[in-house]
Amino acid sequence: MLAFFVHRLGQALVVMFVISLLSFSIQDNLGDPLRELVGQSVSEAERQQLREAMGLNDPFVNQYGRFLKKALQGDLGDSYFFKRPALGVILEKLPATLELVLGATLIILLLSVPVGVYCAINPRSWFSKLMMGVSIVGISIPVFLTAIMLIYLFSIHLGWLPSFGRGETLLIWGGYETGLLTADGLRHLLLPSIALSSIMLPLFIRLIRSEMMEVLEQEYIRFAWARGLKRQRIWFLHALKNTLLPVITVGGVQIGTMIAYTILTERVFQWPGMGFLFLEAVNRVDTPLIIAYLIVVGLIFVVTNTLVDLIYGLVNPTVRLTRGNA
Amino acid sequence: MKKPLVLAVGLLLGLCLSLGVAAKTLRLAYDSDPISLDPHEQLSGTMLQLSHMVFDPLVRWNKETQFDPRLATSWERLDQFTVRFNLRKGVKFHSGNDFTAHDVAWTFNRLKSSPDFKGLFQPFKELKVIDDHTIELVTNEPYPLVLHMATYIFPMDSAFYTGTDEKGSAKDMLKKHADTFASVNASGTGPYVVTKRQQGVRVDFKRFADYWDKESPGNVDEIVWTPIKEEPTRVAALLSGDVDFIAPVPPTDLERIRNNVKVDLVTMSGTRIITLQLNQERRTEFKDPRVRQAIVYAINNEGIVKKIMKGFGTAAAQQSPKGYAGHVPTLTPRFDLAKAQQLMQEAGYEKGFSVTMMAPNNRYVNDDEISQAVTAMLSRINIKVDLKTMPKAQYWPKFDERAADIMMIGWHADTEDSANFSEFLVMCPDKETGYGQYNSGNYCNKEVDQLVLATQGETDPGKRAEMLRKVEQILHDDAAFVPLHWQDLAWAARKGVHIEPILNVMNFPYLGDLVID
Repeated sequence: MLAFFVHRLGQALVVMFVISLLSFSIQDNLGDPLRELVGQSVSEAERQQLREAMGLNDPFVNQYGRFLKKALQGDLGDSYFFKRPALGVILEKLPATLELVLGATLIILLLSVPVGVYCAINPRSWFSKLMMGVSIVGISIPVFLTAIMLIYLFSIHLGWLPSFGRGETLLIWGGYETGLLTADGLRHLLLPSIALSSIMLPLFIRLIRSEMMEVLEQEYIRFAWARGLKRQRIWFLHALKNTLLPVITVGGVQIGTMIAYTILTERVFQWPGMGFLFLEAVNRVDTPLIIAYLIVVGLIFVVTNTLVDLIYGLVNPTVRLTRGNA
Repeated sequence: MKKPLVLAVGLLLGLCLSLGVAAKTLRLAYDSDPISLDPHEQLSGTMLQLSHMVFDPLVRWNKETQFDPRLATSWERLDQFTVRFNLRKGVKFHSGNDFTAHDVAWTFNRLKSSPDFKGLFQPFKELKVIDDHTIELVTNEPYPLVLHMATYIFPMDSAFYTGTDEKGSAKDMLKKHADTFASVNASGTGPYVVTKRQQGVRVDFKRFADYWDKESPGNVDEIVWTPIKEEPTRVAALLSGDVDFIAPVPPTDLERIRNNVKVDLVTMSGTRIITLQLNQERRTEFKDPRVRQAIVYAINNEGIVKKIMKGFGTAAAQQSPKGYAGHVPTLTPRFDLAKAQQLMQEAGYEKGFSVTMMAPNNRYVNDDEISQAVTAMLSRINIKVDLKTMPKAQYWPKFDERAADIMMIGWHADTEDSANFSEFLVMCPDKETGYGQYNSGNYCNKEVDQLVLATQGETDPGKRAEMLRKVEQILHDDAAFVPLHWQDLAWAARKGVHIEPILNVMNFPYLGDLVID
């Protein structure tokens, strides 16, 4: 187990190095940060001077070396726009994004399991057919469109929920602010969470449904019927348990993907999280911030994937063996 | 038994009343928020909007594009080089310090050292302090735009910005992308004080209790400025009542907002000209004025304004918008396809040719759609256009390289004066002087250059306007560039927020004078 862990850690480090190299090397194609920093009538000579002072004219290897040296000490450079360490800016926005992902995850969990199970048990009922139809539509509509439709319906037309922002937040610990503890904050969280869950929810309903149907066909379930066990016991204890194993694995990986989808949701709802920050940074050519974001998100992916692998190794020893031999 | 009830009702009523007269708050949503609190860090519309809230200029533009006195109460031209300003007395800074001529001198010197502003203040030699409430602005040469530039002088509290902060750096340090004292602290004379700022999320303002302008009708006690980038969200926030005032209003939503009974829409013809430049160095065809004219005749810019901009613009045939000194009223859009084809034939290009074109896709209103329409229109005179549009961040480096035969550029004159357009867009490109910095067409006409340079020293407004009009006429006849339109401006607010009186074509809402019912 320890060898497996060390092996995975080594891989993770290599991946992080590649991510840092890639994100650093794309910066030349992002545009000229000076344009966003100075006014339109500033002369070229003046701009050249600023560029020199910022070290943007140095050769790539020098710039990357300087970056790597600082990065190893935990300094990913200062954001041009925020004028503070980029890493600090991102970590400050992290709770908002995590709360959004949490909200969406809760919606997915609370809805997908009962609906999926119901559809598997009663595949022919009108509700199941309706759900299958709706889920196809749900998967096909892009997140930003869902988000705009939600705003028009619930904010403008009905006037029930606020249209943008995070609402009132409470300072809890170490400068982290949360919107989960105020009524206003929760009201603000609702629409973005629904929008964000709109892609994953249909996927999970369908996943649970098909997994469950497969499990229900298996021998041990037939034996259970033959033994005369109660229906509820067969469905919710024996079948559901085995249905959820692969679902949890997929879910772990999908949380990473969800962070990517927050970019769109956060932009439409003006949600002050990491994804929104990233899009803004791209528009402003705030290269240190872009690089820091890519590295942080890369790290989140690497960590979750490593964890999923480790947990999987614990649950299913065959995985560990094959990895070990490879 | 009844007494407690009466008491309770009375208390409740009292509470309601006190709430009624309690703080009036304006929640406003622009498309961006200020990059810094330091007014000299960047010359941009957003920073100037902030400056008009936290600081006051010496003079400011009014609706008639004339000057209103602010911190300067009156002014007179002493000679060809000197304008004297009398300053307002009894004005306090947010810190409690008194405002004097020394603060103006201090601010002027800081402007001269700011990378963004020093170009604009190049013509000025010095600012002389005569006494505590009198200054003189002295120019190197006779200079006609002294008052125009005085709108950029927002006196800062020199005592407040003197000394060192806790990190040991000078408080007046002016540095881009650095955490300076001035970028997070501000003390001006303006109507609002910044109370809280979460960059990229919101800025909170409170009315300055000792604001000098007691005659201002403004009754807004608090302002919350939220940047909302996404256009549908900004509109939704207004329509759902989450904010009170938004700008800009996207053209696609103009009709909806105009027809909504709960909100008011204000539009104005703007001053930003959108043009196409035809690069004569890359293409010999563009050296022939007939080809350039043919292109101008082939492009139906009135159609573009009507169909693509949904009427949210004014089709142009020159650089200077109405109200500017150089505006020539007789120049009108010249779409005429037959004439265009005839000109192409005369020039010997009836078979046409292929060119490349580049335009941004997130800089100007509908820039992407406009360039596609132009491509289609030029195909009618057999010019095949290979179009590439890209985000502004990538576009500007391409523009600097002059990477395509036709390039789009929009321009707003920082001086609010006609000569500024020509200095940057059509004068012969010259690295030394900086003229023609944005002239990707490489149009070069000695007569135009001489006229524009002559206007810089002409202090007689009548003669100067005549020269500027002549420049526009030459550029028009020569088809030096392709004028498309001036972008309109639009703001919207919920009913009861009286935005109309405080808006102007410069897009500096004077929020200090805003009245809310």
